[in-house]
Amino acid sequence: MIYVYSFLFAGFVSMLGQLILDNTKLTPGHITSLFVIIGASLDIFNIYDLIVAHVGGGALVPITSFGHLLIHGGLVRAHDMGFIGLAMGIFDLTASGITSAIFFAFIFSLFFRPKD
Amino acid sequence: MEKKLYDKLVMSHMPKENRGQNAFIAFVIGGLIGALGQFLVEFYSYYLGLSSSDASVFMIITLIFFASLFTALGFFDKWVKFARCGLIIPITGFAHSMTSAAIEYKKEGYVTGLGANMFKLAGTVILYGVVSAYIFGFIRLIIMGGI
Repeated sequence: MIYVYSFLFAGFVSMLGQLILDNTKLTPGHITSLFVIIGASLDIFNIYDLIVAHVGGGALVPITSFGHLLIHGGLVRAHDMGFIGLAMGIFDLTASGITSAIFFAFIFSLFFRPKD
Repeated sequence: MEKKLYDKLVMSHMPKENRGQNAFIAFVIGGLIGALGQFLVEFYSYYLGLSSSDASVFMIITLIFFASLFTALGFFDKWVKFARCGLIIPITGFAHSMTSAAIEYKKEGYVTGLGANMFKLAGTVILYGVVSAYIFGFIRLIIMGGI
């Protein structure tokens, strides 16, 4: 059942992005930025945590989870350190994703040429 | 190439588009990636004995790896042209934008080209993510006193 929820949630977020893309003049860059902000804002009242608990991996795949992980990492450190902890922990949970994206992008760009 | 890669991609699709069909394709492809994400989380937690939070990190790295590899091999661009937001909204879009920018600008040099332009598309996600997470984190600390 959790696979169905994962499918429905990730599909719904992607469809929402596609509808915004087709019906406005916003570019994919605008939409992904907007979705990250929405993901972070949903964590003010624990809403995204609830979604992750019910939907599982499907909620961690769309770019909204990037905002969720940023604010969540910050809040974990802020629990011990106060307000300065926000800045200390904000990349804690996303570090692996950003690091591997940078690393793979660099390594692959060394070996491959653009195909036109 | 002066304009953003995605701008060009969007413009090339502007005329004669079927919005309902686009939305349906994005729904199905995005949903399949979501289900794949859930499968990978269960796969890693079962076979490597990881906690579900560690397994989800492995899942995200796996998706990023394959999105980068397929972009470098050249056929991910065609998939993105077909599925559009179905592949741009999942974390695969983040990896795709970074790898395609890195490969595209490599010919302008490793520092002034690759280094300076790699984050051209992905940087905006990180910028607005960090700024909004910081502000919303402050709000949450004030309203609810942290976790």
